[in-house]
Amino acid sequence: MTAARSLLLGVALAVAVVLQVSVFPEMAWRGVVPDVVLLVAVAAGLARGPQVGMLVGFAGGVLLDLTPPADHVAGRWALALLVAGYVAGRVAQDSRTPDLTRGPDGRTPTLLVLATVAACSFLGTSVFALSGMVLRDPPMAVPDLLTVVLVALVWDLLLAPLVIPLVTRLLARLEPERATG
Amino acid sequence: MALLERAPASGGPQPRPGRPGRPGRPGRPRRRPTGSAPGDRPPGHPPRGLVAALVLACATMMALDANDATDPVLDPARAVVGEVLGPAQAGASALVRPIAAVPGFFRSRSALEDQIAALEAENAELRTLERTSDLDRNRLNEFEELTAAAGSLGYALVPARVVGMGAAQDFSATITLDAGSDAGLAPDQTVVAADGLVGRVLRVTRTTASVLLITDADSTVGARMASSMEVGMLTGRGVAGERAGLDLELVDGGIRPRRGDDVVTWGSEGGAPYVADIPIGRVTAVFTSLRDQTQRVEVEPFVDMTSLDVVGVVVPSGSASDRAVIEPDGQLR
Repeated sequence: MTAARSLLLGVALAVAVVLQVSVFPEMAWRGVVPDVVLLVAVAAGLARGPQVGMLVGFAGGVLLDLTPPADHVAGRWALALLVAGYVAGRVAQDSRTPDLTRGPDGRTPTLLVLATVAACSFLGTSVFALSGMVLRDPPMAVPDLLTVVLVALVWDLLLAPLVIPLVTRLLARLEPERATG
Repeated sequence: MALLERAPASGGPQPRPGRPGRPGRPGRPRRRPTGSAPGDRPPGHPPRGLVAALVLACATMMALDANDATDPVLDPARAVVGEVLGPAQAGASALVRPIAAVPGFFRSRSALEDQIAALEAENAELRTLERTSDLDRNRLNEFEELTAAAGSLGYALVPARVVGMGAAQDFSATITLDAGSDAGLAPDQTVVAADGLVGRVLRVTRTTASVLLITDADSTVGARMASSMEVGMLTGRGVAGERAGLDLELVDGGIRPRRGDDVVTWGSEGGAPYVADIPIGRVTAVFTSLRDQTQRVEVEPFVDMTSLDVVGVVVPSGSASDRAVIEPDGQLR
């Protein structure tokens, strides 16, 4: 079961990378595509807490750093998605303690999920951009960076209702007893 | 991934000896019961060691990769991922292409050489094909123009399709092609489209190639003004959309380029990474600052980088390839 979960998460990440690189550019707005890999990491964090979110984010980031069209310094997406997955996990974990933020059915409220996606998208893309500025990887102006970060955020919010339930259900099916959604 | 599996055991709030609520001990719950299901343990904070290890791993990768021009440590890893995910990209791209392009476009993605060979045979029937979908017509035109381009440039071209595009979130402009070392491609070869220069090959796997577009902020192309033969350097701006474009810096700062002047490649020694006399773009604006005697020349590339589909890679004439090569005389081989 545990090996199956790792394998399944790996396959999900590979599918997300291929979607992000080969499928979504067809509908990209000025080259900005939805961060499918980030959404998978956020979903894993929301469903399983910060540790799993962090690990999934790291693995997805490494994959994104090494997949063919990538030419930036490797490790930048790994760091960015690690942070995003961790934050999503913390939100899910902390929101469980007071019952106020949990719905009657024990699920994380949709609004909170969307807010988490927005925060993690902003955070993830920003960490990536900032690491680029530190490493002088692409010499770019801050206003251009900000536009891309905000457009990506809108994309992620649009795609979140599709990706997050899918990944959550996938994880729940493998380990129903730990499903906390 | 073994770490992941130990998540509940090592990841939970570390049970310390002497504290109430150790996992096996019946007693008070150690905190509020947090999950929905009874007995559901909160996933808990990850251990500090794991956080530190992962962040360090990221930092190490960046450090290793930061000077990849001189010391390509991570290239084997890139190659492995590329070999595995490259065909997946080609497959996904082939799947989505008909859906994304034209709903009525059902032609299966057969081998490229078949299409080009068929194109040669069907050149006479192009008129009748015009009545079919727009995309079919455009693609045929692209192949034909590419064939013509090979003839006028005097280089052999390997045709390839774009199967992956780096996201703008990467802040770099790169694409994946469905041709690799099996097709005769190698790093530092020029990539052209029917309209002009696209970029250069960064690295190849057996079946894919990564291409750096000239609009990337890291890209510099030696350029020549077609009207005055003045030379300069073209750098990408790294942004997509209406501000996408290139900045030209002429070696002789006293020359004032005019709007509408064409810019072609200057050419590198041995034709790598850029062969000479490929059209790049047209001057769209010239800003001059009289005070500090500088000028900024904006060049718009002829090729629309956001709608690239069929491109050609310049290879030495006569090189071995697993697909049809367009030779300088326009013949297929």
